[in-house]
Amino acid sequence: MEPDFLVRLILLLPLAGAVFNGIVPLFVPALRRREGLIGSVGTAVVAIPFVLALYLFLSFEGEPIVATVYTWMASGELDLSFAYRIDQLSLLMTLIVTGVGGLIHLYSIGYMHEDPGFWRFFAYLNLFIFAMLNLVLGNNLPVLFLGWEGVGLCSYLLIGFWYTDLKNSAAANKAFIMNRVGDFAFLLAMFLLFKELGSLDFDVVLTEGPAMSQSTINWVVFLFFFGATGKSAQIPLYTWLPDAMAGPTPVSALIHAATMVTSGLYLLARLSPVVLSAPAVMTVIAVVGALTALVAATIAITQNDIKKVLAYSTVSQLGYMFLASGVGAFYVAIFHVMTHAFFKGCLFLGSGSVIHGMHHVEHEVAHHGKGALDPQDMRTMGGLKKYMPTTRMTFLLSTLAIAGIPLFSGFFSKDEILFKAFEYGYDGHVYAWFAWGIGILTAILTAVYMTRCYVLTFEGKERWPMAGEVHPHESPWTMTLPLWVLGVLSVVGGFVGLPAVIAHGELNWIHHWLAGEHGPVLEAEVHTHVPLALEWGLIALGSLIALVGVGLAWQWYRQHALAFDARLRSAFGKLYQWASELYHVDDFYRATFVRAVVEGAEEGLAPFDRRVVDGIVNGVAKLTAGVSRGLRLLQTGIVQSYAVAIVFGVVLIIALMLFG
Amino acid sequence: MGLTSIVIFLPLLGAALTLALRSARAIRWTALVTTTVTFVVSLGLWMGFDPSATTAQFVDRSAAWFPAGFDVKYFVGVDGLSLLLVLLTTLLGPIVVLSSWTYISKHLKAYYVLLLILQTGVTGVFTSYDVFLFYIFFEVTLIPMYFIIGIWGGENRIYAAVKFVLYTMVGSLLLLVAILYLGYQAGDAVNAGVFTTDWYKLLEYNIPVAEQTWLFFLFALAFAIKVPLFPLHTWLPDAHVQAPTGGSVILAGVLLKMGTYGLVRFCLPFFPNAAQEYAMLFAVLAVIGIVYGALVSRAQPDAKKLVAYSSVSHLGFVVLGIFAFTVESMQGALIQMINHGLSTGALFLIVGMLYERRHTRLMADYGGLARVTPVLAFFMIFSVLASAGLPGLNGFVGEFMILLGSFKSAVIGSPALIAVATTGVIFAAVYLLWMIYRVFWGAITREENRTMKDLNFREVALLVPLVVLMAVLGLAPNPFLQVSEPMTRFLLESMEAKRAAVLLEAERVDMAAAAFDGARFEVLQDHSSGETAEGKEVSE
Repeated sequence: MEPDFLVRLILLLPLAGAVFNGIVPLFVPALRRREGLIGSVGTAVVAIPFVLALYLFLSFEGEPIVATVYTWMASGELDLSFAYRIDQLSLLMTLIVTGVGGLIHLYSIGYMHEDPGFWRFFAYLNLFIFAMLNLVLGNNLPVLFLGWEGVGLCSYLLIGFWYTDLKNSAAANKAFIMNRVGDFAFLLAMFLLFKELGSLDFDVVLTEGPAMSQSTINWVVFLFFFGATGKSAQIPLYTWLPDAMAGPTPVSALIHAATMVTSGLYLLARLSPVVLSAPAVMTVIAVVGALTALVAATIAITQNDIKKVLAYSTVSQLGYMFLASGVGAFYVAIFHVMTHAFFKGCLFLGSGSVIHGMHHVEHEVAHHGKGALDPQDMRTMGGLKKYMPTTRMTFLLSTLAIAGIPLFSGFFSKDEILFKAFEYGYDGHVYAWFAWGIGILTAILTAVYMTRCYVLTFEGKERWPMAGEVHPHESPWTMTLPLWVLGVLSVVGGFVGLPAVIAHGELNWIHHWLAGEHGPVLEAEVHTHVPLALEWGLIALGSLIALVGVGLAWQWYRQHALAFDARLRSAFGKLYQWASELYHVDDFYRATFVRAVVEGAEEGLAPFDRRVVDGIVNGVAKLTAGVSRGLRLLQTGIVQSYAVAIVFGVVLIIALMLFG
Repeated sequence: MGLTSIVIFLPLLGAALTLALRSARAIRWTALVTTTVTFVVSLGLWMGFDPSATTAQFVDRSAAWFPAGFDVKYFVGVDGLSLLLVLLTTLLGPIVVLSSWTYISKHLKAYYVLLLILQTGVTGVFTSYDVFLFYIFFEVTLIPMYFIIGIWGGENRIYAAVKFVLYTMVGSLLLLVAILYLGYQAGDAVNAGVFTTDWYKLLEYNIPVAEQTWLFFLFALAFAIKVPLFPLHTWLPDAHVQAPTGGSVILAGVLLKMGTYGLVRFCLPFFPNAAQEYAMLFAVLAVIGIVYGALVSRAQPDAKKLVAYSSVSHLGFVVLGIFAFTVESMQGALIQMINHGLSTGALFLIVGMLYERRHTRLMADYGGLARVTPVLAFFMIFSVLASAGLPGLNGFVGEFMILLGSFKSAVIGSPALIAVATTGVIFAAVYLLWMIYRVFWGAITREENRTMKDLNFREVALLVPLVVLMAVLGLAPNPFLQVSEPMTRFLLESMEAKRAAVLLEAERVDMAAAAFDGARFEVLQDHSSGETAEGKEVSE
């Protein structure tokens, strides 16, 4: 089959699904209740593109294929097409998006069962896949941007999915607006590139981009990176992501963990030749990534809402990926994007399964009048392993993966990031040492907070009211099947990127695939290599950190459960307190930017517009009316006074004629 | 009579026919049929249009109207600048009639007659190739709009109607002065001494730099008020809020475009030197308008006023694109005029539908409507996304091209200014999502909203064409861009040529003057060799 045709199918199927599940039931309400039909169509339009992408992947020969569909806009120098690029990077991303996406669609059939908005949910999810595919497949920046904003829209619609609660809608607005702040920078970067190069096609940008002046390159890369901090939730624009957990859990798994939030990393990897030409900005990227990783990890330890823990964990892991990009290891960032999609997707779906179960408990408890409980609060969970064995097992596997226990997927990708940072530092880039140090610290924290999350949820005693009588049940197969698939991938997914110590990196498939001879992803050149023994030492260090972190946290929380949080609180005092209050970043934004805009508009500009701008207009009108009223008095109607006026006039004219 | 004239005057014919009718039903249907037929006929312009030509097509031209000595005539046609605006006008015709179907209940006949006359006026504005004729149509549109606001408007309608007319009139009377002056000057220069207002002849006439400046400002003022450009915008929110839905749709959809169209058609080509010299002034005002309009929009409790202020913001983009003098930005501005007509038109229609149901425009009186009126919510959110410039919908295409073109513009040449303009995309999301948040999300807080009816067939039918076009113009704008590209290039090139010619002329005059001065000085020196003091005095 023609790749050209396949790409069109891959893109159009999810779009068709969105129309079928969204527009048709909107006008034909009878269809809205047909969960079987909507769910299977919705899942199929993602699963089929996965199969097609797999075919493209297997038959890919190394040379990028560009499929041009039609001209989007042409004017002056501008010549934009809906053109899509099939290469190693976009294929890998397409597989992740449609693969993980397909599983999450399947999972949603069970999770969203009996929700009145079932049809809308699948429509938004399909639309999201369509947008995300535009993002990863687009052959020019505006098509990428179409996807970039499109996924933002779907994120908005899905965060605010349960719109009857205004809190959710507020979180949705926040996500969209913060993303738009990033998009603003993205737009400027495109304008600048267009001014310099006269084109926004990747072929031109990637070949001629590095030849631009240094300051232009720096601006372009910085603006794109700033755009990425919006979509990929980095400092300073990360605060929308934890709020985004207001959406249904499959959304958190798909959009806010596995795919959309990794767009920024994709962007940097795609633009790697240009990014590598801006070493100063790379420093910024690495430092921002490292700090985000650390800050989010410290917050994650203090959270009790299971989804919030995972949300901050996502922010932290994304920080890792930016760290990797900042030291020029873009392919490693994409490697971590992939393993993270597996284990974080699995963790989120697992948490969804837990919430699904706890909903049942909440219902029962409320039914018996024994009070309310929050189905997402880990403080009222515990001991769930008895009731939800599959959820527990897959959650455990992915916890071990994210913690970086040797041979699990996260171990390989995370270790590779740390190694690359170390190596870049070893090569003489001091900032990379700094990033490496923070990375190590964050790795310990990650092992601890994830173990805490697992233990508080699944181990120990049941802590919800009426624990003896009511308990949750395991979820249906549509939900547990995706858990198993992702759980297994979390275990084995890392073997595609075996570290350099093994056969000199010959077996590092993902490196060859993305950054090999024909690969689209470049990497920073390293002149001084780390000795083999030291490499092994670093691997040992990484493994040790993970094992110790998990081991300690296991002991602490298995033994003391919630009581250990209190110990932490007293041990770290203000610091813990501060972290648990999210460092007041949101409060700061609210008090500054939000206030400036809202109050500035309501109390500054709107009254200014009414009183000053319009005041002048009305003033002129009043003045005219006043002058007219004054002049009207001259029209007395008394003939004598007119005669006097005429005489004066004549005298005046004669005087002028005589003396003028 | 050619196609252009038919499209202009069919509505007037319909108006005459309507005058003779008595039953409400007959009046509505006549108006609907007239506007629909006009639209269908206007499609003939689209089909027969040759985009590669840069001259007027479907031309209708009469002999001169006035006695000898005045070259003023009926001269209409379409070209790449006007075709889409004409089609937008004819498209909105039946939509406005349908939207008024139940909304207008008093003085039906007068309303539809005025609506039809208004359409003739607007179409005439967009098709005139004689500046005097343009002026007549420009003024013709005022009268029906005055009555539409003044009779069928809200509580404060008289104030709004008078303000609308007076404000516009201030600009247009000065415009008339400028046209007359220009007519005589051009007549002397290029028309054998015969007063002329023929667009092509005026285009040929290279106006000296000094005169360009004040003529430019007189023209630009009239159009800037119409656009409206900050700070001349305050008539707009009043007019919009008070006007009935149909009036608002026409006002936002096409009447404002008469301003931006006037800038492109007359101001820039006639006075290219002045236009470039003061481009920065207009760009700055446009950018202020973009941000200012958006922020003031955010502060409005009234949904209709919010949409009205959004026009100030959106048209700021258009003016910016016009004064950037690049093909990309100019074409972006042209397509953005259409986009704004579609999406803001749709927003006014939907706000009107809400008003018809609950008789309030305050957002606080709504809340949680998504549950009871999902179809209405869908159309509103769709239009909001188009208006906010979401890629894939029409608004993005215009804004993107305008900003992209302005960023590289040598005339504006200020990345910082364009960066400020680009913040408009953030603020657009802020105020538009705020409206959605207030009106559609949350729980239903008012009992009377619980039983609100969703859109009926008529309402869906009038919104569907707009929504479809938003998607078409967003995903496949190129056929529409192709209509205006040759004309835009032609215009920019001829402006540049004219500008250079005027500058050259000025230089020549300067040099001649200098040479003359020099010669005179020598003569004087010779003459007054004995009386040095006097010679010195004179030469100084």
